[in-house]
Amino acid sequence: MLVIDNLTKRYSTGDLAVDNVSLSVPAGQVVGLIGPSGAGKSSLIRCVNRLVEPSEGAIKLNGLDLSKLSRGALGKARRRMGMIFQEYALVDRLTVMENVLSGRLGYVGFWRSYLRRFPQADIDRAFVVLERVGLLDHIDKRADALSGGQRQRVGIARALVQEPDLLLVDEPTASLDPKTSRQIMRLIVEICAERGLAAIVNIHDVALAQMFVQRIVGLRKGAIVFDGPPDGLTPEALTEIYGAEDWASTISKAQEEDADEAETGLPGNTLASA
Amino acid sequence: MPVSLSRDGDRHWKRRTSRAEWLRFAGWLALVMLFIFTWRVMTQDTIWAFVLDAPRQAADIGSRMWPPRWSYMSALWKPLWDTINMATLGTLLAVILAVPVAFLTARNTTPSVVFVRPVALLVIVSSRSINALIWALLLVTILGPGVLAGVIAIALRSVGFIAKLLYEAIEEINIEPVEAIRATGASAPQVLAWGIWPQITPAFAGISVFRWDINIREATVLGLVGAGGIGVNLESSMNTLAWPQVTLILIVILATVIVSEWVSAKIRHALL
Amino acid sequence: MSSISRRWTPPPLIANRALRYGVYAGLCLYLLVAFSTIEFNWTRMSEGAARAGNLFAGFLRPDFTSRWDDIEAGLLESLTMTVTSTIVGIILSIPFGIGAARNIAPVPVYAFCRAFIAVARSLQEVIIAIFLVVLFGFGPFAGFLTLAFATIGFLAKLLAEDIEDCDPAPLEAIRATGAGWWQVLAYAILPQVAPRLIGLSLYRVDINFRESAVVGIVGAGGIGATLNTAMDRYEFDSAAAILLIIIGIVLACEYASGFIRAKVQ
Repeated sequence: MLVIDNLTKRYSTGDLAVDNVSLSVPAGQVVGLIGPSGAGKSSLIRCVNRLVEPSEGAIKLNGLDLSKLSRGALGKARRRMGMIFQEYALVDRLTVMENVLSGRLGYVGFWRSYLRRFPQADIDRAFVVLERVGLLDHIDKRADALSGGQRQRVGIARALVQEPDLLLVDEPTASLDPKTSRQIMRLIVEICAERGLAAIVNIHDVALAQMFVQRIVGLRKGAIVFDGPPDGLTPEALTEIYGAEDWASTISKAQEEDADEAETGLPGNTLASA
Repeated sequence: MPVSLSRDGDRHWKRRTSRAEWLRFAGWLALVMLFIFTWRVMTQDTIWAFVLDAPRQAADIGSRMWPPRWSYMSALWKPLWDTINMATLGTLLAVILAVPVAFLTARNTTPSVVFVRPVALLVIVSSRSINALIWALLLVTILGPGVLAGVIAIALRSVGFIAKLLYEAIEEINIEPVEAIRATGASAPQVLAWGIWPQITPAFAGISVFRWDINIREATVLGLVGAGGIGVNLESSMNTLAWPQVTLILIVILATVIVSEWVSAKIRHALL
Repeated sequence: MSSISRRWTPPPLIANRALRYGVYAGLCLYLLVAFSTIEFNWTRMSEGAARAGNLFAGFLRPDFTSRWDDIEAGLLESLTMTVTSTIVGIILSIPFGIGAARNIAPVPVYAFCRAFIAVARSLQEVIIAIFLVVLFGFGPFAGFLTLAFATIGFLAKLLAEDIEDCDPAPLEAIRATGAGWWQVLAYAILPQVAPRLIGLSLYRVDINFRESAVVGIVGAGGIGATLNTAMDRYEFDSAAAILLIIIGIVLACEYASGFIRAKVQ
């Protein structure tokens, strides 16, 4: 359970990125965070694991206030939060397995990690998540030898191997083609359901968000202006979030695509072919 | 404006405005004056008889230098080995010293931009400004003549070179993977080893091998000030006017330089 | 989900086990042997410790005054040597650079220029200086010739590579207008290589100043000769002063050339 209380982030340049946001996400719920560019989506999720230091407010994960933690305690807390990035953020020159194992760094001492002597339990965990995301055939390939979709699967595996309570997902599909985007979103949502994970997913594609998440939060200029189920996104709500535009076609398109998906019914295990 | 309208309405085009033209002219004039002035200062003590005599001298020495004294080669193997060792061990020592300096200098890894970075930059500049031969000159008076002074001289000169190129490489890394590693709860040394180091290893290896190649050249002359290697033989052969030996030494130096250049090119090619 | 434990070790850099351990063993052996051939003369080093202390103290309290006349004369020689050799070197490196570019020079000219550049680059400045001192006598004139020669080797090679890397399209376009060889040079080649040539020339000013401090050690004039004298007399405070001046001037050169390069490019 993630509870954000009156969170505000003001950068030293004076820009108000997050404006008094309160939000709670129970375990197992996937929240889609939508909003125009510069609305503070990215700042908001980076405040949660304090890659960006929040200015005011409290962030509680299972009762622990993250915003007050010391450096060492923050490191321990970060182990419980997996993060998935837009540009995958893999270390290109490391292999797939090394990238996945880097998710266990918080649990392993420096020299052990430096010499790649991870405990067998961590290696077992890595094999389990690699199998889940369908990359068992690629473990010793270098990360820069993979396609975009495969790279994002490595990113997901790295987050999962942490065995997190919370997933922070920053524009996971922005660099992918439409088909791969859906496969990646489906994978994330399925995994959250399997493991009972809470997740916040930043996403700029409204149709894609409506298709997969259970709850949508709309952000405008750093403040929450919409919070509700995907089908509550009426043209009025979208205008509130993004400004005036003809929204009717966006919504109907999303519903059509949904129906389309249901017919072809891509099974989850063909994901690996992406 | 380079394009102007004349009185009868035609358009005239000149490459530059008159003001720019004047400035350029003044700049060139100043450069020529500077050259003439410095030339006069430099040559005021030159004995022109020597200069005019130089071609004859050159022909004379040239005739004494040929043929090279091949039998002297047996005395050159040990100095050659020392030369290569000075370059290799010096580079190794420099690499070990340069890596922390580079991390302290790079804006994205330095602990303090205000206090630590200027000190590290000062170390880099001092090391780079002073040639290995001068470092050797200092070290020979302190440590005595020999290979050790050469190794340290090479290392002191190379630290700045390697650290400068390395810190520039560190400043150019992709920050996203570093954030990702930090977000897993990794400690600061782990972020360094897993997020940053893999990104700079190709640059690191390339720079080190490049510097090793340069150091082989530099090591060949350090003996001139007493720091060991083949330069010692060059110095003594010149002093005793043993020209055929000088020729052989120059040939050996040339061959070593060419081989080291080839080796470094091969290694860098294999690494990238 | 698998229940059996699967092992994993990172893929090694060299796949062949025997070769891998062979390479490691070879490297260790080399280092061991190389270390063992360094002579550590402990008695000489303990004598030197006092001098090291003096030198270090010299850096903390450098003596600019007592040898100032020598330092001033040496600096003047170094600076004039730097200016003249850089200018002459740049001027001469342009024909050599053009001659060493395969796409515009005839073959015999190309071969000659390339050979000249190769010789100029592979010999250390100090070695050239030794010979030129023998031929032209002691003093900055030999230093000037050395640095000019080295500058040609440095600039002409880079210039030739730049010309060879030139975008061939403008070259063809200018040729197609019926322009002669000189016009092609002026309108198609020069505009493409000029900014980098200016940048490299400024960089060479730095190098020439640093080298001017070195050639003095073998008698070719400049601040290096002053430094050598100071070291011979064990006047470490004067030596430290000279080194600090060198560092200061190199720093100033770097800032100035960075500034000018930013303006030009």
